[in-house]
Amino acid sequence: MYAIGERINGMFKSVAAAIKEKNPEPIQDLAREQLKAGAQALDVNVGPAAEDALAAMEWLVKTIREVTEAPLVIDTTKPEVMRRGLEAAGSGSVINSSKGQQEQLDIFVPMAVEHEASLIALTIDENGIPRDANGRGEIALRAVAAAMEKGLPMDRLMIDAVILPVNVTQPTPGHVLEAIRNVKLLSDPPPKTVLGLSNVSQGTRQRELINRTYLVMALAVGLDAAIVDVLDTELMDEMITAELLMNRAVYADDFLKAYRASAAP
Amino acid sequence: MSFEMPVEKWTAAANTVTIGATAAEGGTRTSVVTVGGDTSLPFLHFEGAMPNRPVIAMEVLDVAPAEWATPMEEAVGDVSGDAAAWARKCVEEFGADMISVRLVGAHPDEQDRSAEECAQTVKSVLEAVGVPLIIWGCGQAEKDNEVMPRCSEVTAGENCLLGTAKEDNYKTITAACMADGHKLLAEAPLDINIQKQVNILVSEMGLELSRIVMYQATGGLGYGMEYAYSIMERTRLAALSGDRMLSMPMLALVGSECWKAKEARTGEDTAPEWGPVSERGVAWEATTATCFLHAGTHILVMWHPRAVSIVRKTIDSLMSQEA
Repeated sequence: MYAIGERINGMFKSVAAAIKEKNPEPIQDLAREQLKAGAQALDVNVGPAAEDALAAMEWLVKTIREVTEAPLVIDTTKPEVMRRGLEAAGSGSVINSSKGQQEQLDIFVPMAVEHEASLIALTIDENGIPRDANGRGEIALRAVAAAMEKGLPMDRLMIDAVILPVNVTQPTPGHVLEAIRNVKLLSDPPPKTVLGLSNVSQGTRQRELINRTYLVMALAVGLDAAIVDVLDTELMDEMITAELLMNRAVYADDFLKAYRASAAP
Repeated sequence: MSFEMPVEKWTAAANTVTIGATAAEGGTRTSVVTVGGDTSLPFLHFEGAMPNRPVIAMEVLDVAPAEWATPMEEAVGDVSGDAAAWARKCVEEFGADMISVRLVGAHPDEQDRSAEECAQTVKSVLEAVGVPLIIWGCGQAEKDNEVMPRCSEVTAGENCLLGTAKEDNYKTITAACMADGHKLLAEAPLDINIQKQVNILVSEMGLELSRIVMYQATGGLGYGMEYAYSIMERTRLAALSGDRMLSMPMLALVGSECWKAKEARTGEDTAPEWGPVSERGVAWEATTATCFLHAGTHILVMWHPRAVSIVRKTIDSLMSQEA
């Protein structure tokens, strides 16, 4: 699984403070720690509180780039902030994200092509989040069509079927699993699938347990990537074990160590 | 309709490993060997790079085998009691890229030669030839733990390939390799899971992954070759998919395995329908070696000079883009 570390996000107080004070150390520590824990890419989100989102994004990306060349997942809804982030991060980055209405795809798909980036497309459109798997599939198909039309290869399109907290809407986890399976039938080669995992447990009391159980379920139906707390060792252990059971890695008695040693930058 | 070659896209490569050290690198070798670096399955030049050609090491033993097959007796019988002379003949007459010295005489059930005697043998071979060395113990764990550190010491700085580290006996030889600047041969008994585990164990001792070559045990034609083949192929696929714990170059022991086979040894008087013994063993060895080339072997350890010559031509042809 392509593990995207979620911790460099202005929603966390320490990150917000570092952005405000332009203090690189906490950010660079988080980048290093997440990569060491098995992240293959790092999500970068300036958070809602940043006064000048453009400048904050540029500073964050450049600060991270001082310590790693790992792919960065630029996490913003604003096209101009996205563009600034992509320019600072270089090719191989990920746009996180475009919604599924045509106007948004018309902006972000060409941006992904131009910057040699991947694109996360959410199955949300002007009508909101679909109630079921079919609705998610319809929006995903729109993203697939846009990618084909504009020349974005399928292995750089990542469909996020949008998980909601289980204590808000209990049928959704099932719908999302069905959608992940269906997305793989939309084209050949199919697009990739991704989830912002931690959302499934928002507001619950057993956040880690719900996160890691759902991650394993999603991997079993073909999930390719997830934005996760890679510093949660148990979550990563479950992910590594699920990959092994799916025959995506060769068994060895110390398979957890092997995965981590292979992932170490 | 035109034919379009199907091309796999891989994300990683096999490791590149160099064996041997010249004077400039602190050793005394006149040539070194670099293997690995492949970015596709073997010889698929349209799909990926194979920057280094597979190499042929010829094997010499510290004591002459009790019973040579006739063709082997004819080829090297005159030198087989003298490891240094045997090695020199392999390099000067037969063009070996490397010499593999196996200290079978150290085994307590054989001649129980001491660590010092073994080290002297290794040293004599080192002085006799300029190519890099592979050095093996006798296969008995306790004895190898005495013999191999001494052989490592007397070849310090020569960047030899030392074997073997196994799942239940890896610490002594790994430590020796690290101390004396050698490469390590990590062995598993036809088992990809154990191979990966051995690689993890030795790397946890601090040996870089780039200093390991894998030996997964070899079966000759008719004696398990297909098991070894499928394991090596699967190992290579794992490497190309990014499994760093299985990305090391691979070695196969072709000569000794093939010349054990009754089909290679039995005389014409016993089995006239099998054809001339002078051809059979050579064909057995060349066929086995060729199969392992296709499985992804980087270092072939061979015995008979004529088999070596046939396989070298095969490598030439497979490495040329027009092949």
